[in-house]
Amino acid sequence: MNRVLVWVPLAVFAVLVGFFFRGLDLNPGEQPSALIGKPVPEFLATDLYTGRSLSNKDLPNEAFLLNVWASWCITCQVEHPYLTELSQTLPIVGLNYKDTIPASTNWLAKLGDPYQMQISDPDGRLGLDLGVAGAPETFVVDAQGIIRLKIQGEINDRVYERDIQPILEEFTP
Amino acid sequence: MILPEIGHFALVLAFAIALCQAVFPIYGYYTQQEGFMATAKPLAVMQGLALALSFGLLMYGFLSHDFSLKYVADNSNLDLPWYFRMSAVWGAHEGSLLLWALILALWGVAVSLLSRGIPEKMGSLVLSVMGMIAVGFLAFMLFTSNPFVRILPFMPGNGADLNPLLQDPGLIFHPPMLYMGYVGLSVAFSFAVASLISGEFDSSWARWSRPWTVVAWAFLTIGIALGSWWAYYELGWGGWWFWDPVENASLIPWFIATALMHSLAVTEKQGLFRRWTLLLAIAAFSMSLLGTFLVRSGVLTSVHAFANDPERGVFILGFLVVVVGGSLTLYAVRASKVSTPGEFGWISRESFLLFNNLLLTVMAVSVLLGTLYPLLVDALGGDKVSVGAPFFNAVFVPLAAILVSGMAFGPLSVWRQSDDPKLFRPLIVTLIVSILGGLLWPIIFENEFATGTAIGVSLAVWVAIATQIDVFRKVRAYGSLKTLLARVERGIIGMWMAHLGVAFMIFGVVMVENHTEHRDLRMGAGDTQVLGRYDVRMKGIEIIQGPNYMADQATFEIYEGEHLYKTVYPQKRRYNASSMVMTEAAIDSGFTRDLYIAMGEPLGGGDWAIRLSVKPFVNWIWGGAFLMGFGGFVSITDQRYRRRAKKSGASAEAGGAAA
Repeated sequence: MNRVLVWVPLAVFAVLVGFFFRGLDLNPGEQPSALIGKPVPEFLATDLYTGRSLSNKDLPNEAFLLNVWASWCITCQVEHPYLTELSQTLPIVGLNYKDTIPASTNWLAKLGDPYQMQISDPDGRLGLDLGVAGAPETFVVDAQGIIRLKIQGEINDRVYERDIQPILEEFTP
Repeated sequence: MILPEIGHFALVLAFAIALCQAVFPIYGYYTQQEGFMATAKPLAVMQGLALALSFGLLMYGFLSHDFSLKYVADNSNLDLPWYFRMSAVWGAHEGSLLLWALILALWGVAVSLLSRGIPEKMGSLVLSVMGMIAVGFLAFMLFTSNPFVRILPFMPGNGADLNPLLQDPGLIFHPPMLYMGYVGLSVAFSFAVASLISGEFDSSWARWSRPWTVVAWAFLTIGIALGSWWAYYELGWGGWWFWDPVENASLIPWFIATALMHSLAVTEKQGLFRRWTLLLAIAAFSMSLLGTFLVRSGVLTSVHAFANDPERGVFILGFLVVVVGGSLTLYAVRASKVSTPGEFGWISRESFLLFNNLLLTVMAVSVLLGTLYPLLVDALGGDKVSVGAPFFNAVFVPLAAILVSGMAFGPLSVWRQSDDPKLFRPLIVTLIVSILGGLLWPIIFENEFATGTAIGVSLAVWVAIATQIDVFRKVRAYGSLKTLLARVERGIIGMWMAHLGVAFMIFGVVMVENHTEHRDLRMGAGDTQVLGRYDVRMKGIEIIQGPNYMADQATFEIYEGEHLYKTVYPQKRRYNASSMVMTEAAIDSGFTRDLYIAMGEPLGGGDWAIRLSVKPFVNWIWGGAFLMGFGGFVSITDQRYRRRAKKSGASAEAGGAAA
């Protein structure tokens, strides 16, 4: 009897490990954002450089990334070289989030500007509509202007290959 | 610029030393070479020194604003005050792991310095097991979470700042205390594993590991209490416990460690429950590791989650499998050979402690299941669900009530056979007094009657009086209180403190949960609101400049009748670097109540949403918890550990030689 009982804790632990292993793939960080499958919310904002007003009509007519960034955000600096590389093949729209114009334009002047367009969102109003919790966050938007994926945190080639590329392939006709 | 590299090198060195510490002593044990076994203690001390150097240099990086360190750049800022720059070292993932590793090494140093009474064989096996744990953790740091990663050559001119939630004195002490507890449980674990390896299951391992377990438990208790206190005044909601996965991750090992402490007493004194105690010792530390896994892997989301990364999750999971799976396999192979001599009666101290253990284990398992349930459902293909406070309260409150009712019996009973009714006769009066106390309390305190309060107050009185009866009996046995305090085992005094702490805590919890007066109001300058027996007047709002934040600060005057009782200043802060907005509640703490004033959102026209609360006896919750923790510290000051350990150490060595 005891011979069998002493194995029970190990068996219970093994079952738990099974669940944990499964759980690792189910990243809860990918919150099922309420915006997935919906178009980019209506907005009226200004261009960071020119001050010209921008709206949904100005967004690219092909699939693109909407990257929420700020000059105060260290991780944005970390992902910046990768975004620069990515911008060769995929348009990237910047959403300059809770930032000031001099700080952000200096930042872009220093590190380079891979963005096709820069939406200025100094008080985070558009960010609020998008459910942005912090920077960086990146939305994958398809050619029809529908949000397909939201990524919190750094974009790198691992994230791109694992998460972004499959989505782009799935939703590109 | 070179200092961080030295810190990094010290970390690698600590890893190499830990590797030796894991391998040499156990090799010496199996090949019977004393020279190898003797390396354990000096290696443990060296590992401690290397990690202290590494930790010190990371802290220096923070103090000197070395933003070439990515970790510093991510978690500090030129404007951050020096004390938060120090605590920022453990403000995020990498640094808190370094703190974890440092504390583990310091426990190893403590074991090697204080284990003179323990046979060399046992001591070196214990340190070897601790070395193995250190190897895993240091490898985890070096390969996935290195705090010494540099941003070169383009280092930022300023850092991103520490998460404002963590810019609080509570955070300076909470994680180190909690980690002392978590990691301290590794000592009891290592003793259990060492005794499984050596096959010596007599009561001596229980005696050796008991003080270590109690200290770890005391740190864990105080760490959890500090965390709860921090959440209370920093998160701005006025709650003291949220059943958040991170909180639960610390509560589960606490329950197991509490069970272990009681079960170790039985194993030491009566030689019973040996198998069960071994299992608890393994489980307690496994639950700490599991907590680390849950918090650090991103398997569960939580308000506390700092940095989550699945790659790290895989590593910790692998580590967990090796440590927990390995020790449980060892347990399964060896434990069936553990004999449990002796019997005990249905009514005896043993049976009460068994009851205590069963309940605490059930509580730990239910918290674990509640915490993991969302993950389990998700893994089985269901929806993303969350299990909140209603579940935990429904399961937990009745279990706690049963456990606490039983607390009166254990100390009053005797070992082996305790069916003499004289032992429990005073409890009849106690029962009547505590029920009356629960029913009459609303009249004394002048609050409305609530069933929960009546039961809770009755339970608190019940435990408090039963503890007093035990004290009174011991005083009579020793002649006077003075002789009692001088002669009785310190463990008994510690137990009294801890049990009284439980009574205080229950009282605080039921009062806060059932009688908090709470209002959300719109207030502008000049508005006055009645709050309990106070009039609260909002005088005005001004903008103030902190070291690294701007804040809207309100001035509230609290009047007691005509007399100005106090002026308080709640704030709504906006941190410059991160733009995060934080609520800094104004709390007037008191013995019988806290006044809690927090600013919500601006409503326009100079008006603000204001949250006003009176929280009766809220400080008794933490007071009770601290009393429990201090009880733990008192109990290890007992002389007998040193004296007896020496004697039995010698006899165990003699026994080993004979065998």
